[in-house]
Amino acid sequence: MSSTRRRVEYEIVKRLVGPALMQVDHAQRRVKSLRKRAAKPAGPFGPPLESVRKLKELMTRHYLEGRYADGAVPVAWVTSGFPVEVLRPLGYHAVYPENHAALCGVQRVVPHLSEATEEVGYARDLCSYARTDIGSVMLQETPVGRLPKPDLLCCCTNICQTVLYWYRSLAAHFQVPLVLIDPPFVYGEAKPHHRQFVRDQLDELLVVAARVAKRRAPSMDEIVGVTKLAREGTRLWGECLAESRNKPAPWTGIDGFFHIAPIVTLRGTAECNAYYRQLRDELRHRVAQGIGGVREEKHRLLWDNLPIWFDVRGMSTLLAEHGFNFVCTSYTNAWAEAGSRIDPADPLGSAVFAYTDIILNQDLGKRFGTLARLAEEYSCDGAVLHSDRSCKPYSIGQLDLKQRLAKQLDIKVMVLEADHGDPRAYAVEQGHGRLTAFMESFS
Amino acid sequence: MTGAGAPVAIGVDVGSTTCKAVVVDRAGAILRHRVEPTHPRTEQQTTRILDELRLAVGCELPIGATGYGRKRVPGATKVLTEITCHARGAFSRVKRAVVLVDMGGQDTKIVRIGPGGDVADFAMNDKCAAGTGRFLEVILGRLQVPFDEVSAHVARARRSVPVSSTCTVFAESEVISLVAQGEELEGILRGLHESLAKRVAALAGVLPADARIVMSGGVALNAAMVDALGAALRREVSVLPDPQLVGALGAALSAS
Repeated sequence: MSSTRRRVEYEIVKRLVGPALMQVDHAQRRVKSLRKRAAKPAGPFGPPLESVRKLKELMTRHYLEGRYADGAVPVAWVTSGFPVEVLRPLGYHAVYPENHAALCGVQRVVPHLSEATEEVGYARDLCSYARTDIGSVMLQETPVGRLPKPDLLCCCTNICQTVLYWYRSLAAHFQVPLVLIDPPFVYGEAKPHHRQFVRDQLDELLVVAARVAKRRAPSMDEIVGVTKLAREGTRLWGECLAESRNKPAPWTGIDGFFHIAPIVTLRGTAECNAYYRQLRDELRHRVAQGIGGVREEKHRLLWDNLPIWFDVRGMSTLLAEHGFNFVCTSYTNAWAEAGSRIDPADPLGSAVFAYTDIILNQDLGKRFGTLARLAEEYSCDGAVLHSDRSCKPYSIGQLDLKQRLAKQLDIKVMVLEADHGDPRAYAVEQGHGRLTAFMESFS
Repeated sequence: MTGAGAPVAIGVDVGSTTCKAVVVDRAGAILRHRVEPTHPRTEQQTTRILDELRLAVGCELPIGATGYGRKRVPGATKVLTEITCHARGAFSRVKRAVVLVDMGGQDTKIVRIGPGGDVADFAMNDKCAAGTGRFLEVILGRLQVPFDEVSAHVARARRSVPVSSTCTVFAESEVISLVAQGEELEGILRGLHESLAKRVAALAGVLPADARIVMSGGVALNAAMVDALGAALRREVSVLPDPQLVGALGAALSAS
């Protein structure tokens, strides 16, 4: 199929089909809402967020457009901590395999996809995100219909080293270039030569990304424009999270796990920022009205690490029934903090700071500082540290963190062993039993 | 009957291996009790046990339920986890801050109980039967040693035969190999107990120097395990009275 025809299809889907489907969806919802008046509280939860509709629309359109992206526009598969701002001016459609794997986790298709990966020899001890996406590629199965074939793979090891080997496998499979941003692990403060090392890689990225996209390298004005959007989006996301400093928190930490999707996958776009403006305003309205994410908030918890995607609903219900809410999480906070260092006046120089100094690329002392600050700012009286079988960089040191948090902040802390994607590595009954015992210890 | 007060509550602890039930008086004395292997049809079993206990005491009583089957105890007025109930049961006996080691059929719990009886912290084995009663049950079954004779066997051991694996499956095959190599049964059993105790001690982590250790759960009836645990923790381990009933006792006290 010619690239022109492919581009026409892509533009039709992007400008006509996607919006039209959303209009139909809106109309159907409007009809339904005439029958039901206002959104009512559901069980132990407060009324559902109105913004969820917009979130669904945004992400559906993103994945719908993706189906028609390859051959029409350059496509990059990107790790969550990659400086995507450089790719946007070149017209890339960015796919986030981690976000896709999280979606597979919620849809409970991880065991099926993982087994395909394991059958060809990958270890079950490998991150379940990696196993899920490799399995999805091999089987050509995905809950989103279809993922576009990448022209470029973009990997940043600021979240873990696994992504490097994962993306190397993808590069061998798709036979496309892989660009690597490899920030040194930061003990204390990054040294100037560390920063120069990352800066040199960013400069190389610009050249390779432009060559693959068959375009001239983006001008500084173009990069500044996207950087401004990314910075604004990050600020807005941070404002959404900060509303949970109020009592009761207007939404749950579990809500936050879902609403993080745009800042991960659409960072640096106007749609992303418009969405978070809407969400922030709704949260502020709920705060003004005294509406909580949990109907009767009695205790406020901090969550550390990725969510258990396949059990988020079960776990949040269990917590809400006992009046507990995860009012803040180090995971969702990471996307509010990293981008806050982005400076449009120096987009590449500040990107070095933003993407090197993220929580998973820092020593344990800094991680403790972040957790302790969050627990205090959000008035938490307890913390749950998810020891994630699939994410060792995030889980290492948690027994020390537990002791320090309990001792220095005088709060109750537990470590919960689970996995962010693979239900085969988690016993729901035992997990919920431990959480229940933890909650009982507050009375 | 072990006490003279009027019955005030029933506690039921539906564990993975055994189902325990007690009737207690206001002072926490156990007036009546039942211990049975857990039946797959939990509701039928607990209904029958509760009927028998009600008939015996001649009145309706509030019911506290705990254990893995706690949500399937008909008429329970209080449903709490084993951590909370074992802590309450233990504190009612010792009335001071202690570290409780509860070795049950499916899991082993380390509960740090505060001076007021509160659960200050806890740790449990995760997703694995290593370090639990099930581990001993499987190995003793393989060696055809009845549970109530195991202590005497261990006491007769002339030396300990190290069993390196604490995984139930791997330890079973390791024990078979040791038997095939002609190692004496008593020595293997001692080695098994030491291996298990070290696993539990690792779960307990670093204990405060003045921590007093008490033990509950069915495994506490095995004196060899108590001795091995004391050696692994390098301190005295006291077994609570009626160790198998401590969870049910805590459930009853919570409901009263």
